[in-house]
Amino acid sequence: MENSQTFEGPKGTGPQLKDVPVARGHWRKLWANFRRRRLAFICLIIISFIYLLGILAPVIQTHDYQETNLRETQQGPSTSHWFGTDRAGRDLYTRVVWGIQTTVIITITSFLTGSLLLGVTVGLVAGYFRGWIDAVIMRLGEVVSAFPDILLIILLAATLRPRIVQLARDIEDSTGITGLVSSGIVDYVVIGIALLPLSWFGMMRLVRGQVLVLREAEYVQAARAMGTSTPRILFRHILPNVVSPIIVSVSFGIGAIALSEVVLSFFGLGVQPPRPSLGVMIGEVTARGGASVSVLRDHPEQLLAPIIVVWLLIFCWNIVGDALNDVLNPRAR
Amino acid sequence: MLAYIVRRLLWTPVLLALAAFFVFLMGTFAPGDPAELRLGNRATPERIERERERMGLDQPIPIRYFKYVGGVLKGDFGDSYHYQGRSVLEIITPRLWVSIQLNIAALIVAVIIGLPLGFYAAKKQGTGRDPAIVITMLILYAMPVFFTAPFLILFFAVKLHWVPAAGWGGFFSPQIILPALTIGIPGAAIFVRFMRASTLDVIGQEYVRTAHAKGMSNFVVNYRHIARNALLPVVTIMGFTLAGMFGGSLIIELIYGIPGAGRLSLDAIFQRDFPVLTAFVLLGAGMLVLANLIIDIAYTIVDPRIRLQ
Repeated sequence: MENSQTFEGPKGTGPQLKDVPVARGHWRKLWANFRRRRLAFICLIIISFIYLLGILAPVIQTHDYQETNLRETQQGPSTSHWFGTDRAGRDLYTRVVWGIQTTVIITITSFLTGSLLLGVTVGLVAGYFRGWIDAVIMRLGEVVSAFPDILLIILLAATLRPRIVQLARDIEDSTGITGLVSSGIVDYVVIGIALLPLSWFGMMRLVRGQVLVLREAEYVQAARAMGTSTPRILFRHILPNVVSPIIVSVSFGIGAIALSEVVLSFFGLGVQPPRPSLGVMIGEVTARGGASVSVLRDHPEQLLAPIIVVWLLIFCWNIVGDALNDVLNPRAR
Repeated sequence: MLAYIVRRLLWTPVLLALAAFFVFLMGTFAPGDPAELRLGNRATPERIERERERMGLDQPIPIRYFKYVGGVLKGDFGDSYHYQGRSVLEIITPRLWVSIQLNIAALIVAVIIGLPLGFYAAKKQGTGRDPAIVITMLILYAMPVFFTAPFLILFFAVKLHWVPAAGWGGFFSPQIILPALTIGIPGAAIFVRFMRASTLDVIGQEYVRTAHAKGMSNFVVNYRHIARNALLPVVTIMGFTLAGMFGGSLIIELIYGIPGAGRLSLDAIFQRDFPVLTAFVLLGAGMLVLANLIIDIAYTIVDPRIRLQ
């Protein structure tokens, strides 16, 4: 990322081309392009702000997220409870902020493991080696994508949860580590595994498609002819050229991942109380959907507080994804 | 093209068998001993052992899998753990039928709103109306159903008394309107997006300019030259859109109190009635695979330019 390039011709041959700004860095140019899209830029700021709230949850909380106060239940917004309180008198603002933290943890870990680690690596391998490896991976992906997403996620979470919880309890017992289950780490593992089928195949197919083309490119053939090792070709020569579509895919996928966590927790299959999550809050307030109408009528803030965050996140990630798509893949439109 | 269709037709049963294996494996992995679940916790170990033998649980997994698939092929998904003595199929069929009707109604809503609006937005490209439509639809798309559903009920049923608030009265009853809207509007947003993109592609084509140059009326050009060609690629995403809506309808059935498959599968999770859950997931997969197969084949027939390999 150089700002300016200097050319120094042979001495004494005409004017020196010194300090002429030639090209700004590739990413800097893209960033400038992105910034020009005002709505997308605002959305990026909103996303950053929401994620920051989640990360800073322990610092900016005004109460404890599980502290109940039966003298102050179902209150509207006030100076002591910014978003009001729920049926057990718990502070909604604090719970929303902690719920965002759950969303942040889930989206980031789920993307690092499922989409980036698994999806990109498998995509690189399938696209580069082709043949039977590719065929097996693609067929496997087809099987996974044969299921309606949310059903598969629910089935996985429902069947795996008790096993993983048991495993964690065994580990706690045998090693003396405490708090694996109660801290919510186990929930994150369950959700992460349940979301795997959603996250890896799309990314894998995308990367594979790009690699199928790139592996025939002259510079890759040159690298191969020079005896460059296969991992080096994959990660140093091919991967950097697939980064743009990966970024676009991630930005579109994060909204879906966040929503899936909310749905799972709403059904009681994701994050477990007392640990707050936006989905848990919606599920608890509405009695798993049954009381939605009366809650919205009588205590709208209880329902709206978590929902507006989810709404903003999904909307903003979509807008940002669109803008990134325009900026990074100009030919795709 | 025939080779493609034949290959797809041959691959589909294999795909479904693999999907069934995966679902079956998850079922065996599920917690709790089915025999114990069925007999309750006061059963003696001897009785549980006998029940296990009767249910075939003592056999190795591959054999149980082939028995399961054999049963599925004959329409037998096993017996429910929770509802004593009732077969899964008997429980699931009426519920699934309700969900299918609901989703068809939602698909109609999505198509009626989404396709014309996407077309209109593309025609108005360059004016303020195009981005206004696109952004409005994105806002609606991102709106969580946890909010849409109660909001629609409050507004149209409680305040205006136009439609009943909840319940289920069949495909032609007014109760279907609100849930169909709730599921259909996000679907419409997807259609707007794709229809707009594909209309923009077609508008720039030379034959459209030729048609205009020939002096054909705007209506004929719009309808015959642009809309019909723009529709083709949109058809391919119908299967996925339907699948997405089907997933969303789980929550919507809860909020509207519709006795559909969503309600059933949620109950099945908490009653640990895994035969019901696995059957539901498997049927969902089967419908999705078949819908996509039909759409892909129909597409190659409708659009002769497509030569899939």
